[in-house]
Amino acid sequence: MSTDDAHDPKFGEYGGQYVPEALMPAIEELADAYRRYVLENEDGFMDEFRERLADFGGRPTPLQYADQLSERYDTDVYLKREDLLHGGAHKLNNALGQVLLAKYMGKERIIAETGAGQHGTATAMAAAHLDMPCEIYMGETDIARQRPNVFRMRINGAEVNPVTVGRGTLKEAISETMRDWATTVETTHYVIGSVVGPHPFPKMVRDFQSVISEEAREQCIEKTGDLPDAVLACAGGGSNTMGTFAEFVDDSEVDLYAVEAGGSSLQVDEEKGVAPNSASLSTGGEGVLHGARTKLLQDRDGQIMESHSISAGLDYAGVGPELAHLVDEGRVTPVNVDDDAALEAFHRLSQDEGVIPALETAHAFGFLEGHHDEVGDTVVVNVSGRGDKDLETVIEETSKRDLDIAPDLSLFEQIGGGGR
Amino acid sequence: MSLEAAFADEPAFVPYLAAGDPTYGASLEYVEALARGGADVIELGLPFSEPIAEGKTIQDAIVRSLEAGMTPARFFEFVEDLDVDVPVVCMTYYNLIYQYGAEEGPGPFVERAAEVGIEGFVVPDLPAEEAGPLREACDEFGLDLVFIVAPTTRGERLETMMDQVSGYVYVQARLGVTGARDDVDDATEESLARLADWDVPKAVGFGIKTGEHAERIVSAGADGVIVGSALVDIVAEGHESGAPVDDVADELEAKARDLKEGALRGAQERPQPERT
Ligand SMILES: Cc1ncc(COP(=O)(O)O)c(C=O)c1O
Repeated sequence: MSTDDAHDPKFGEYGGQYVPEALMPAIEELADAYRRYVLENEDGFMDEFRERLADFGGRPTPLQYADQLSERYDTDVYLKREDLLHGGAHKLNNALGQVLLAKYMGKERIIAETGAGQHGTATAMAAAHLDMPCEIYMGETDIARQRPNVFRMRINGAEVNPVTVGRGTLKEAISETMRDWATTVETTHYVIGSVVGPHPFPKMVRDFQSVISEEAREQCIEKTGDLPDAVLACAGGGSNTMGTFAEFVDDSEVDLYAVEAGGSSLQVDEEKGVAPNSASLSTGGEGVLHGARTKLLQDRDGQIMESHSISAGLDYAGVGPELAHLVDEGRVTPVNVDDDAALEAFHRLSQDEGVIPALETAHAFGFLEGHHDEVGDTVVVNVSGRGDKDLETVIEETSKRDLDIAPDLSLFEQIGGGGR
Repeated sequence: MSLEAAFADEPAFVPYLAAGDPTYGASLEYVEALARGGADVIELGLPFSEPIAEGKTIQDAIVRSLEAGMTPARFFEFVEDLDVDVPVVCMTYYNLIYQYGAEEGPGPFVERAAEVGIEGFVVPDLPAEEAGPLREACDEFGLDLVFIVAPTTRGERLETMMDQVSGYVYVQARLGVTGARDDVDDATEESLARLADWDVPKAVGFGIKTGEHAERIVSAGADGVIVGSALVDIVAEGHESGAPVDDVADELEAKARDLKEGALRGAQERPQPERT
């Protein structure tokens, strides 16, 4: 990590700080704390962060050779097992970093938004671990489809505030958390859950997440003697992607694939202002949302569209500005996988490898299934999270479809559970 | 009339409504009623789908307006259809300004705004640091750009804003998002003191609800009061109870008069400046 770009709020034309005036002093204070503690390791901040990531978080996570998939695709497939991180997803890297930073900054209260509930869970865990009061905003739709995570947040002592406006997903939850922050900014830190939002969030979150690629790169060289030909990660806001790519960006021989949610279709319903996907890198246009200029799903007037994905964590109309920039530069290839293919990949990874992935993660494997011929001889896929949180959704969505690979779920009907 | 001129003789009453809330036709009548009630400048909201600086009252208004079909193009028609003789300021979020027209950037939006007679902009998600392109477009087409000073704004940031602001400065009375409150925050007086030597009018907003609030704010040194949620509440209640548009308009006019009179009383209570 270098300090030379710490003060530059932009990635090419993307990024910036488009926030209400009340928040500007707080994000300036944060930019200063980011430079001092994260980039310059003042007061040993990074040492403490790394130590807690190891002892509390369980790092390093393994890079596992996937026997069955490797055979199936005739390609060496390595799984970076972020699902084994404490909490069950890569989200803890960032949440722990930010809650610890808030503590160093003397803040008294933590707020966060969450979509899939993984970031909310990670933040609630980090806040409990570091003894900070914590409130999480979560859209109603997401509360309904991610109940296990809602309970986990509550069990860790966090308040969960339902957000009812709009479609009740991540976009609305972020707006609502920004409103809270604008009111309480003097004592509160907003732990944003991805590489989105105003500077310095996109850089800071990337740096906290880059431990994934730092380990994966070393582990891959150790195991294979070489760098991989390709690295795959699913992209919602893009923290998983940026964390998995960061240390490979300068390795120009390694192809980087950001796998977005193609949802049910890439076509947009202009009339209703709805995009039945969350593929902002593949199909979005440039605009300003939640504090940054980036690629967005928006209508001709600039109103933000409701997005869709089978996976709550990818269901967002925007994407991190750095990722948008790397795509424009041609360094990252944006691809997308629809709901059906993701669900199929969920079952395949579960059956073939005994790894039950998050539905977000399943998108990356869905891409591999369709494109294993194009990705070279060695590929690293980030398993961004485990799928326990998604089981209710998977049962429901599987029962709606005719999937050859899916297990027979009629057992539930026989015993009268009806899938719930 | 220019924005500054609207503040010149007496304290200004600056109401906000979301254009098109709850319908295009009713909304025209409501804005006109505010002008009859004594508005000196009208802040007219062009609804954006992600209003991060707005509290629940105005968020709901924005949803009603969008559902009734408001768009930037309709907004400009709305301003043309308005029969008022006070300056209109467009309050919206940057993405709508940026996306308008075929060519990239704020130019086409500002040009169209100038054509329909809009005098200036308030853009809550555009801090002075990011406002360069909009400021330039405003200069080109002769419009003002109002900035919001928050209770947390200090030091260098204040200076940057002072260099860019024109028309009036929007003094945010307290931290947080828009919404009517029952009290007036001390932060107002501190903010006004920090801006004492700025040579643009100072209008205070966020949370003002009654004539008494307006009176206190103006007596504390403000050149005007901005009132949004307390007026939007009247529109919302009228909409929910199915009240006739004329009745709601009358109520808005009476409320406007109450607020304007409060502001005028506040001016009389102010220590008179020494004549030189
Ligand atoms: C397991 C998992 N993977 C991926 C994501 C996608 O988010 P991001 O792209 O910001 O990492 C999420 C978000 O909630 C998630 O829970």
